[in-house]
Amino acid sequence: MQSSVSTAGAAAPVPRLAMHFASLEVQNHAARLGMWLFLATEILLFAGLFVCYGVYRFLFPDAWAASSRSLDLTLGTVNTVVLITSSLTAALAVHYAKEGKNKAVAVQIALTLLMACGFLVIKYFEYSHKFHIGTLPGRYYFYEGIQLPGAPLYFTVYFFSTALHGLHVLIGMAVLTFSMVRALKKADFGPNNYTMVELGSMYWHLVDLVWIFLFPMLYLV
Amino acid sequence: MTPSSSIAAPGATPAHEEHHDHHPSYLVDGTTIRSWLLTVDHKRIGLMFLFWVLLFFLVGGIFALLIRVELLTPGPTIMDAMTYNRTFTLHGLVMIFLFMIPAIPAVFGNFMLPLMLGAKDVAFPRLNLLSLYIYLFGAVLALWGMLNGGLDTGWTFYTPYSAHTTTTVAPVLFGAFIIGFSSIVTGINFIVTCHTMRAPGITWFKMPLFVWALYATSCIQVLATPVIGLLLVLVAVENISGIGMFDPARGGDPMLFQHLFWFYSHPAVYIMVLPAFGVMSEVVAAFSRKNIFGYRAVAYSSLGIAFVGFFAWGHHMFVSGQSTFAAGMFGALTMLVGVFTAIKVFNWVGTVYKGAVDFKTPFAYFCGFLFFTVFGGMTGIALGTVSLDVAWHDTYFVVAHFHFIMVGATIMAFLAALHYWFPKMFGRMYHEGWGLVSAALIILGFNATFIPQFLLGNNGMPRRYYEYPERFQALNVASTAGASLLAFGFIIIAMYLTYALVYGRAAGKNPWRSKGYEWLTESPPPTHNFVGPQPTYPEEPHFYVDPKKAEVPDAV
Repeated sequence: MQSSVSTAGAAAPVPRLAMHFASLEVQNHAARLGMWLFLATEILLFAGLFVCYGVYRFLFPDAWAASSRSLDLTLGTVNTVVLITSSLTAALAVHYAKEGKNKAVAVQIALTLLMACGFLVIKYFEYSHKFHIGTLPGRYYFYEGIQLPGAPLYFTVYFFSTALHGLHVLIGMAVLTFSMVRALKKADFGPNNYTMVELGSMYWHLVDLVWIFLFPMLYLV
Repeated sequence: MTPSSSIAAPGATPAHEEHHDHHPSYLVDGTTIRSWLLTVDHKRIGLMFLFWVLLFFLVGGIFALLIRVELLTPGPTIMDAMTYNRTFTLHGLVMIFLFMIPAIPAVFGNFMLPLMLGAKDVAFPRLNLLSLYIYLFGAVLALWGMLNGGLDTGWTFYTPYSAHTTTTVAPVLFGAFIIGFSSIVTGINFIVTCHTMRAPGITWFKMPLFVWALYATSCIQVLATPVIGLLLVLVAVENISGIGMFDPARGGDPMLFQHLFWFYSHPAVYIMVLPAFGVMSEVVAAFSRKNIFGYRAVAYSSLGIAFVGFFAWGHHMFVSGQSTFAAGMFGALTMLVGVFTAIKVFNWVGTVYKGAVDFKTPFAYFCGFLFFTVFGGMTGIALGTVSLDVAWHDTYFVVAHFHFIMVGATIMAFLAALHYWFPKMFGRMYHEGWGLVSAALIILGFNATFIPQFLLGNNGMPRRYYEYPERFQALNVASTAGASLLAFGFIIIAMYLTYALVYGRAAGKNPWRSKGYEWLTESPPPTHNFVGPQPTYPEEPHFYVDPKKAEVPDAV
């Protein structure tokens, strides 16, 4: 009994059980529950912005429609596809972590990070175009094409929500990088030890989900 | 086996005899500064929170006294109008964000939650420590902003004024935003702890009522705080760069700001007062020596208040021009909060009824608490009535109301908790006589401060005004005199508790003979709370009498 446990342990090293938890299952359950609650707070953070969006779209429907047309729908769609695909690779990373295939974990996370970079690069081009033509928030707005009341407000919401989302992309990348480095250096993910990858992946799905809301709200008015 | 003999946790009791010498209390287990600053022990973190929370209470209290001194005379007294605006803003900010929100959850919640669940620590001890440092970082940033320019918007930061004022809005708002993270982290930690760390025998409906209150509070902290976090950042960015989110000149809607602000700030009232209700449920059972009356009703009403509290925010905006229908709905939902609170009040009174009351200091605070909750709550119902609120809106009546329910109840519970758990936390007893004297002073002082303000508000004196007509002076002087009495009471407490820390007699394991789970361990507890194997909990919490025996003579 003792030896079989230790050999299983050698194949898939068990993470350290903190002294205050009853068992490893409880510890992992606590970590997942904590992450779900944290994701709930993130959703409420964006919910405040969605309320702002809803109120102002209700007040300025024409400006909202016109401003939405001025966005580049192709770039937005490409970005959506990129981000959804990156969620797939993040989910695959968890799958491989459960099987203890640490190389595959690293590869999948690297692909996720690559697509995240792609997303940010595309976002950068969209932003710089807006800085160029003057579709900017509030008092910085100088675009001649749309002169409707409320248009500067649309771009306040646009820039604030996409920038906040972009910040979450960066945080998500940092979290996933952490798991990738561990998969490469320690290579100790396995059936009993994949919570770290799972939590990072959960966060990444949230980043993806927020974008799935932002995309139709901003681009498809 | 009689019910009382089976209270002691089997396993814990025999084990502690043999290991006693090897397990120092958490206070002396590591005496370096480093062992305190980098500790992950929930008890030490709770104590550090206690230190900072009391310090900020002192700061907020000094601002309060400055306001009261300024209002002694109808004209300028000790400061100019701008300084006065800054003073009441800082009083509100410090008291709400730095004192009342963390006061009971972060101090007593941190200390007691694992003890009450039979756990060795909260679920995420390192996050727990992080929440302390996030809180301090936010506090430093906010205080720095206050000292370098000092915000003058009032603690509500209403736009468009907050977007245009030349005082330093941004650092203070970012500070409050960061403090919000601390609150969220504590909330997540407590919820996960309740779900995963309960000892064998502690089912959901055997959790002590303080834990239920903390659970409900944590739900509000987790769900409401992110919204104000976003809002504070929006206003700070608007103040710095003029993005126009709430600027009417650019189409922005200041009403939207108010809705989002109160979406957090109304539930935040329950973040402050629900833990107070929880403390009182513990205290009333312990000092009435009776099982809590209607355990499930008290537990559910905590969740009920947390839930309904999310849908009552519009009663802060009755005169803002929202629709009559919305105002009516918000008014009706506000009444529901009163229903849940009344359920609690009836159960507390039912617990005292035919109890063997041990009138110690915590029970004195319970009496004060009951008074403030009932009268603060009933004036709240009155204010929740749209037609009455239109007359009382933004008068001293509102100030007196929320000081009664939010501050009075919370201060009573904070002091009751401090006295009730003082022997648990420090292993020493305070002087009971001075405790009762200061409790009397504080309860009297609090009434003397705020009853005149009810009258002032009813006579039409608006809040936040620097000057007032001659005819209001007598009541203002009375209020200031009451505030001085209040301050005097706190000074006495500070003196005898500090004395008790050093010279107080040793408390022993359970000086109150309380049946709370937290008293099953040593006072003060060892580092990992329990010596020996995991204790189990066969009895209900607050179990003083077998309910079947107790109920027979009273059966009607």
